[in-house]
Amino acid sequence: MALSGMRGLSVFISDIRNCQNKEQERLRVDKELGNVRTRFKNEKSLTPYEKKKYVWKVLYIYMLGYDVDFGHMEAVSLISAPKYPEKQVGYIVTSCLLNENHDFLRLAINTVRNDIIGRNETFQCLALTMVGNIGGREFAESLAPDVQKLLISSSCRPLVRKKAALCLLRLYRKNPDVVNVDGWADRMAQLLDERDLGVLTSSMSLLVALVSNDHNSYWSCLPKCVKILERLARNQDIPQEYTYYGIPSPWLQVKTMRVLQYFPTIEDPNTRRSLFEVLQRILMGTDVVKNVNKNNASHAVLFEALALVMHLDAEKEMMSQCVALLGKFIAVREPNIRYLGLENMTRMLMVTDVQDIIKRHQAQIITSLKDPDISIRRRALDLLYGMCDVSNAKDIVEELLQYLSTAEFAMREELSLKAAILAEKFAPDLSWYVDVILQLIDKAGDFVSDDIWFRVVQFVTNNEDLQPYAAIKAREYLDKPAIHETMVKVSAYLLGEFGHLLARRPGYSAKELFRIIHEKLPTVSTSTIPILLSTYAKILMHTQPPDQELQNQIWGIFIKYKSCIDVEVQQRAVEYLALSKKGAALMDILAEMPKFPERQSALIKKAEDTEADTAEQSAIKLRAQQQSSNVLVLSDQRPVNETPSSSQLTLVKMPNIGSYTDSTDQEVSHTNGTLNKVDSSPPAPDLLGDLLGPLAIEGPTSVTAQAPQNIMSDMDGVANAVDGGAIVPVGEQTNSVQPIGNIAERFHALCMKDSGVLYEDPYIQIGIKAEWRAHLGRLVLFLGNKSVSPLAFVKAIILPPSNLKMELSLVPDTIPPRAQVQCPLEVVNVHPSREVAVLDFSYKFGNDLVNVKLRLPAVFNKFLQPISVSAEEFFPQWRSLSGPPLKLQEVVRGVKPLMLLEMANLFNSLRLMVCPGLDPNPNNLVASTTFYSESTQAMLCLVRIETDPADRTQLRMTVASGDPTVTFELKEFIKEQLISIPAPHPTTPPSAAPPVGHPTVATPALTDPGAMLAGLL
Amino acid sequence: MIHFVLLISRQGKVRLTKWYSPYTQKERSKVIRELSGMILNRGPKLCNFVEWRGLKAVYKRYASLYFCMCIDQDDNELEVLECIHHFVEILDRYFGSVCELDLIFNFHKAYYILDELLIAGELQESSKKTVARLIAAQDSLVETAKEQASSISNIIAQATK
Repeated sequence: MALSGMRGLSVFISDIRNCQNKEQERLRVDKELGNVRTRFKNEKSLTPYEKKKYVWKVLYIYMLGYDVDFGHMEAVSLISAPKYPEKQVGYIVTSCLLNENHDFLRLAINTVRNDIIGRNETFQCLALTMVGNIGGREFAESLAPDVQKLLISSSCRPLVRKKAALCLLRLYRKNPDVVNVDGWADRMAQLLDERDLGVLTSSMSLLVALVSNDHNSYWSCLPKCVKILERLARNQDIPQEYTYYGIPSPWLQVKTMRVLQYFPTIEDPNTRRSLFEVLQRILMGTDVVKNVNKNNASHAVLFEALALVMHLDAEKEMMSQCVALLGKFIAVREPNIRYLGLENMTRMLMVTDVQDIIKRHQAQIITSLKDPDISIRRRALDLLYGMCDVSNAKDIVEELLQYLSTAEFAMREELSLKAAILAEKFAPDLSWYVDVILQLIDKAGDFVSDDIWFRVVQFVTNNEDLQPYAAIKAREYLDKPAIHETMVKVSAYLLGEFGHLLARRPGYSAKELFRIIHEKLPTVSTSTIPILLSTYAKILMHTQPPDQELQNQIWGIFIKYKSCIDVEVQQRAVEYLALSKKGAALMDILAEMPKFPERQSALIKKAEDTEADTAEQSAIKLRAQQQSSNVLVLSDQRPVNETPSSSQLTLVKMPNIGSYTDSTDQEVSHTNGTLNKVDSSPPAPDLLGDLLGPLAIEGPTSVTAQAPQNIMSDMDGVANAVDGGAIVPVGEQTNSVQPIGNIAERFHALCMKDSGVLYEDPYIQIGIKAEWRAHLGRLVLFLGNKSVSPLAFVKAIILPPSNLKMELSLVPDTIPPRAQVQCPLEVVNVHPSREVAVLDFSYKFGNDLVNVKLRLPAVFNKFLQPISVSAEEFFPQWRSLSGPPLKLQEVVRGVKPLMLLEMANLFNSLRLMVCPGLDPNPNNLVASTTFYSESTQAMLCLVRIETDPADRTQLRMTVASGDPTVTFELKEFIKEQLISIPAPHPTTPPSAAPPVGHPTVATPALTDPGAMLAGLL
Repeated sequence: MIHFVLLISRQGKVRLTKWYSPYTQKERSKVIRELSGMILNRGPKLCNFVEWRGLKAVYKRYASLYFCMCIDQDDNELEVLECIHHFVEILDRYFGSVCELDLIFNFHKAYYILDELLIAGELQESSKKTVARLIAAQDSLVETAKEQASSISNIIAQATK
């Protein structure tokens, strides 16, 4: 051992060590820095030894964490010293002190180049090492050819060549153009014949980088890599010094297998066989041994082999071996192996068909969520997140919720985000989703970002069935003594919107709701007050007839906040006060929020955006592509008219500002200080093609979607967050196989008729034939294989909405070539709802996995039975159904203009029978039908449409039936149809249309229906 | 690739740092602060990996000294863990049962050795023997130069007597 002592340096280091505290150390360092600085000032007087000593001191001080702003120049200048000891110090200190972006390095390029091309191999080594460690772009451009020459030179010794290989790797990373692929690929292949394992190891690292960018040029390296791997795995001809605890260079094995993972497949059968033999040997032959290092090294090789097998994804048997191994690993005591087992299982999820096997280990993985090691818990969380699907979502999410109470702060945010996403994606039913999110807010309010509660509000708004339930839950949480502010926000919002649905329940009267919400007001921050004010305004609006006491109370609050210093609060207070004095106009303005246009979940987007590990990230993306959530599907909808990307949660639905503006509207606009210009022209039909979907926006579409935006933008402090583009619409997944024809159009066509094609692509055609009788339906799916090879892995899963019971008969796993399979599907309509069932259909053709989600045309109108009603039957019925909720009336604006005849045709095709002559006004239309469901039995429904010949974009619609839900759903359904008529409107020839009301019809005065209708409406 | 190598004592004192990715001085201090905080607080029976800022720190404790190498998320962790051990074995061979003090007073030696082991954040040599031979050769080069220098100065000293 030769420790070349530098006394001055040692003394300085001892001094630092002897310092009692940080302050003393700083003083000592400052003193030394002063000393070195003065010495460097007259550099000429320094001996080489002194110079060396001082730059080492500078490096030491720098390493201790002190700012050193001088000495760089001296270090760099040592590089050009003629003698080895100085040069060595110069190179090493420079490469420690500087990084590639320092200007000083430029000064050294010439010297470095001279050292590289010079004949002195020790100098070559020093120069290559430094460039390899901190070389930047400029080095890459000027030195790469010289470095390449050294690497392939036959006269250079291995010690130079291995450094040249890694140096070139560095330069290649900085600028891939420095390696000219054409010339280099052959050279690279030759390098793999290298006998010196040091050079081979370095060259292999270089090759990893090269193939990761472009594997195509390096196919010739592939068989050689397999040969190397074979040689290592069999321990053939490996010098003793290159074995590590008896294992032939584990590093080289790992790197070689890494290279192989960048090639998509291995074509040559012999190479392939050899490789699989080696992999098999590694998988089977790796045992757990006592020696830690040996164990680590052999498992490093094993895990790399696992990764390679997963990548090749060819041998089914081997894959299941891998999963079995991983299953073993996640249960062992050794924490490293446990960690890696979990990590690799997560990666393995990308190979689709192992998911079921991994699920068997769910219990063990959940145990790991309680591991003492946070690294392991993180992996377990990721894995659970990745393996979650509809079948296990409930269990996993509940585990996550439980874990949330004990998890450390560092993990809570991620944990709650993931739980929220899973709950959203895989909710078996929506009420469960609401439960989960509210629990999340309750348990970890601080870590629940606004996005999460915005999202739950969106869901509740878009799913009527959910609204009463959510309101009850919100009310329950408000009863708790201390709740998180986010809970106050979400509860207040939900009760404001939907509390009135429960007004008849004890404890849910407007007064009580107000009281319980208002109790929280003193505890909340300014940002929550606006939400509470909106809630009060809504409560007030729903209290009809007005309750004087409540009104005074709420007005008192508005008056109090009229002078609030916070602009947002003040503006709301002023506006709500003014609005609430308008009486009936309030109704229209403060009506429920329209449905939110469906968009990509901001949460999922957030999860994707978070800088996460690559495996996890791609796993998420993969999942997102493969299975868009059933929740999203239920409320899938394309935003109307390219809704602005950042939409906001506003509490007040603005009235329709179309061509028609009444005085209230104008006043509102003025109150807000903005005059809105909204394009009132009817939206282009193709944009609306998808609107026929299950959940159309309530009210006039294009207008409402934008109006809140425009008007409320400056008034809206609740949220400026939830953004994101539209989620991929149903049936338009990013499959490599493109569908033939427009899926949405096909669906719309099938809504109007009972047989046709639901979906078609180059390989398969799915046809449908349906029969409907009362509340029962029988559909037959015709799955036709168009190709000449079988379609494998055929899977059809029905995701029924809550209102339909559906039973699909067995779908065969494989469809033979050119064959057609029939799969009957039984449908029972349980209760009235406009939700739509979705068929999740997937199959595999060759390597293409095709997955489409198709809406099934088991829609509302299929359960209608047109019925002709005479005047004698109609009017008593019409009269007996008086007022909401059995009879609902609404002015619909933004209607696609239709001539009366066309509208009558549309109604008939929707199974609403137009009854001509009942209404004396030629501009009106009356229709009747019967709705069937299990809960309602046969329910007579009556519809009246009053149109305005001067403005065909608006009409008044009245719907009546003996069941409030039926009335509401039917009204919404008709509205959807009127607002959004599918692009190719399936017009029945006019001749087939029944005659529509003759203008001259006038029944005797005694039973003048016109007069009666007028009186009733 | 290995982005950087850190040697940190149990008390949190930095014993060696080597950076293969460009970090500014400020970033370097921040990295050291954050990572040493995370690693030193970990119990003895936990795994050797810590996830940090989208990277992964692989570390191992030897007596009072923590050796840490930071790699990409999808790098092979165990391979790097054994890189650390490989480095320690070479140090051990060179110093003769190495201890923290050896590395404190001969940190420059540790740098020489590390440079024979890693370049560009990749392993360059997996044979301990080869590394030892190369380091010995370097040492002898330095010694020879020193002897030469001292002999010349002797000559000069004698001549000017």
